[in-house]
Amino acid sequence: MSELKLIGKPAQRYDARDKALGITKYGADFVMPGMLHAKVLRSKYPSAKILSINTHEAERLPGVKAIITAKDVPYNERASNVVGQTTEIGAIQAIQPVLAKDRVRFLGEPIALIAAESLEIAEKATNLIKVDYEKLPVVSDPIEAMKPSSPLVHEGSNILAKWKIAKGDIEKGFKESDVIVENTYYTQFQDHAYMELEGGVAWIDNDEVINIRLTTQVIEHYRDVAKVLGVPESKIRVIGTFIGGGFGGKEDVTVETFLALLVQKTKKPVKLIYTREESILAHDKRHPFVMKYKTGAKKNGKLVALKAELVSDAGAYAYLSPWVLLYATVHASGPYDIPNIKVDSKTVYTNNIFTSAFRCFGGTQVCFAYESQMDELAHKLGMDSLKIREINYIKRGEKLPAGQRIESTVALTETASRAWKALEKPNKSKKGKRIGRGFASMMQSYGRLTMLHDSSHAWVGIEMDGSLIIRTGVPDLGGGQGSSLVQIASEILGIPGEDISIHLTDSSLTPLAGTTTATRQLYMSGNAVLQASRNLRNMILSRASQMLNVSKEELDLTDKKVIVKKGKKEIPLVDVVKEMAADGLPRNSFAMFNAPFSKPLNSEMEQYERVFPDFTFGTQAAEVEIDEETGKIKVTQLVSSYDVGRVVNRNSVEGQMEGGAVMGIGYALLEDIKSEKGIIQAKNLAQYLIPTSLDVPEVKTIILESKTGLGPFGAKGIGEPSMTPTAAAIANAIYDATGIRFTSLPITPEKIIMALKKKE
Amino acid sequence: MKKYTLHMVVNGEEISIETKPNATLLEVLRDELNLMEVKEGCGQGDCGACAVILDGKAVNSCLTLAMQAEGREITTLSGLNKNGKIHPLQKSFVSHGAIQCGFCTPGMIMSAKALLDKNPHPTRDEIKIAISGNLCRCTGYKKIIEAIEAVTKGKEEKEGENVRA
Ligand code: FES
Ligand code: FES
Repeated sequence: MSELKLIGKPAQRYDARDKALGITKYGADFVMPGMLHAKVLRSKYPSAKILSINTHEAERLPGVKAIITAKDVPYNERASNVVGQTTEIGAIQAIQPVLAKDRVRFLGEPIALIAAESLEIAEKATNLIKVDYEKLPVVSDPIEAMKPSSPLVHEGSNILAKWKIAKGDIEKGFKESDVIVENTYYTQFQDHAYMELEGGVAWIDNDEVINIRLTTQVIEHYRDVAKVLGVPESKIRVIGTFIGGGFGGKEDVTVETFLALLVQKTKKPVKLIYTREESILAHDKRHPFVMKYKTGAKKNGKLVALKAELVSDAGAYAYLSPWVLLYATVHASGPYDIPNIKVDSKTVYTNNIFTSAFRCFGGTQVCFAYESQMDELAHKLGMDSLKIREINYIKRGEKLPAGQRIESTVALTETASRAWKALEKPNKSKKGKRIGRGFASMMQSYGRLTMLHDSSHAWVGIEMDGSLIIRTGVPDLGGGQGSSLVQIASEILGIPGEDISIHLTDSSLTPLAGTTTATRQLYMSGNAVLQASRNLRNMILSRASQMLNVSKEELDLTDKKVIVKKGKKEIPLVDVVKEMAADGLPRNSFAMFNAPFSKPLNSEMEQYERVFPDFTFGTQAAEVEIDEETGKIKVTQLVSSYDVGRVVNRNSVEGQMEGGAVMGIGYALLEDIKSEKGIIQAKNLAQYLIPTSLDVPEVKTIILESKTGLGPFGAKGIGEPSMTPTAAAIANAIYDATGIRFTSLPITPEKIIMALKKKE
Repeated sequence: MKKYTLHMVVNGEEISIETKPNATLLEVLRDELNLMEVKEGCGQGDCGACAVILDGKAVNSCLTLAMQAEGREITTLSGLNKNGKIHPLQKSFVSHGAIQCGFCTPGMIMSAKALLDKNPHPTRDEIKIAISGNLCRCTGYKKIIEAIEAVTKGKEEKEGENVRA
């Protein structure tokens, strides 16, 4: 392939200008004539029977147009298959109502929908609905929830799903170990805290198609909406907007079903936007994990055995908890070669807010555990913490302890040594402050589970004036998903970005491209656009070769011209397009890209041949400064180093790496929704603190390109991996500063003070 | 609820509008004046997405009662383009990759503008303080700080090309 002209450069994103001008429309920015405003009535208790719901008074309020409760929902009970749970557990299907009928299982569970002429009236009506509850016992600790004496959240068992990995002989492995470290690690609920709240507008067309325009990572929920409404899937259209941040929190259904139900009933346009407090109550959180780890190594640092027991809190409904648990299980031993391994994991129902997708998808919790263990081993052995990792990093061609062979480059030694070296000279230790440094390495899959047979579609077509249109159902999360696709087409077809329009995220009009989750869009849709662009290029060059009387191979496309590579001849692209039109030749291409497929997994398996398409590897190093008096922890330096395979847009790659690390700092030190007996304590952004510009260092990025990824031009994924090791790196730095191993996140000033006192 | 007439100057235009006494400035700007670039991220003064400039100071419009703006001057993001040109801050945010999802951008740029109007050559620390009330969940702030600094250093001092209508 000839040299790349655009790929890898810091490109201006096509969507950035509109965003800078304030023109871009998000979910809340659309209005329609005559539209109604909606509200959701939510449960006041984390666990209760609903004895009665009385809507009479609310219905009589002037201006109220519709009130919907469970009895009005055509198909209120939604059953979904729980992945891979074939025996033992029995929770083969998870049941969830759209609106709670006779039982609520978490605080904030939706009970009724209200549509009215104004938001004020809708709010008033919500307060007029009377719900009689009978409180039921609450279980909010997943370890308690596994005991036979625990109240049940659903019928059967509180254990929702399990997975395991086993290889070698774990007991023998520990016997052969010269040193063993053991610890239990705890992580908290994290909120996505995207700046844009969930919401959208829906309306009905003449042909009875219900259109829902909202902010979402997954337009393909139109199928779920259709099932709930009892209409054909072709009658629901989801149009995504530019998303004001998602991070997994706009992956599950948010407002789309509610909007569709209200439109179906009123036949009027309806708008529903959550408030911040409602958003915190309504969407999933990152899973808290309890992780019991034991790791053994030889004197020379070689790992011999690793045993891990993982328990995650699924909250009140299943959502993606079994999947997140599978990710955590496969990633539990980190990027290391370990001969003897045993991992057992469970995800458990409680009356907490439900947990589901969040950037890293189970990968950051286990990274906190395995990278703490590696440091503990290093200290116990008196070994350098870089050295012990170098000895054990998995190599390309080897199999992970979970069974999958690593097919791409593993640049861990390089990312680790470069990240470590890039820390600048330590800030001089001042009186009353302690400085410490640490790092953590990681692996994180990109692309969905291969047993899901993931695919993406794209359409690329050239107009008569030589400008280009791309159509693909990619939701743009803000990471520059659409922009990278424009860059890829531009590279292949020699058409400048200004002449390319991309149409994204419409379930009826753009070819389905799957979800913007699992760090998959550049990989999947990037390849689909690449393929379609190459096909189109071929078609153009074929026609041009007849016009120029040279073979196709001698031609190139650049600057809207077809040129003869080793000559002076060239013709404008438009002339070729006109000829193609005159000849009745197609001027567009539709491509489908498939990820590698594999057989379904189940909870009985101990080894997995293939779970993911591929992995991204990287390392972060951190320096912290701790105030002995106040316990305040300041991250003074953070270096993030990854092999990203291939850079498509340098700005976007750096942006992911900087933003991911800062989100990781929040996770390590600040963020916690503090669920107490199922009641969220941090209800808004004054109580739920995320990093501000004053809380974080300017993250340094080191980007390596092995060109061995499965994405376009050898790209790997970076969206999720960018955050995976941050908390572990910071915890290791805090150990370096204090000599204290913190095993639960977030590491707050209170915890520091208490531990320092105890140590004295 | 009784309505009253509110007078203010928004993006250089004199406005008088009927509104409720308890309406916030954010509600009036978005719902009455259709200035959708003013974003709501929390409605409680915690995120800065709704920041506008009120008589030279950046304020959170969700915490400001519309009544408090009576007789005063307000600039929102689109007010920066009244002359038909892209503002240096906007240009710099684009070229530095300081925009990801873009939801924090309008408030961020207004806070930066209020800073630079008072202090055209702030230090990096002063920039960080000025935007510390504007949350961004995507970027990690680095590129935003760089974008603002580039303007102060005159690297982006020129106004951009015309803004398309
Ligand atoms: S919306 Fe005003 S500060 Fe968040
Ligand atoms: S760019 Fe998304 S919140 Fe700042």
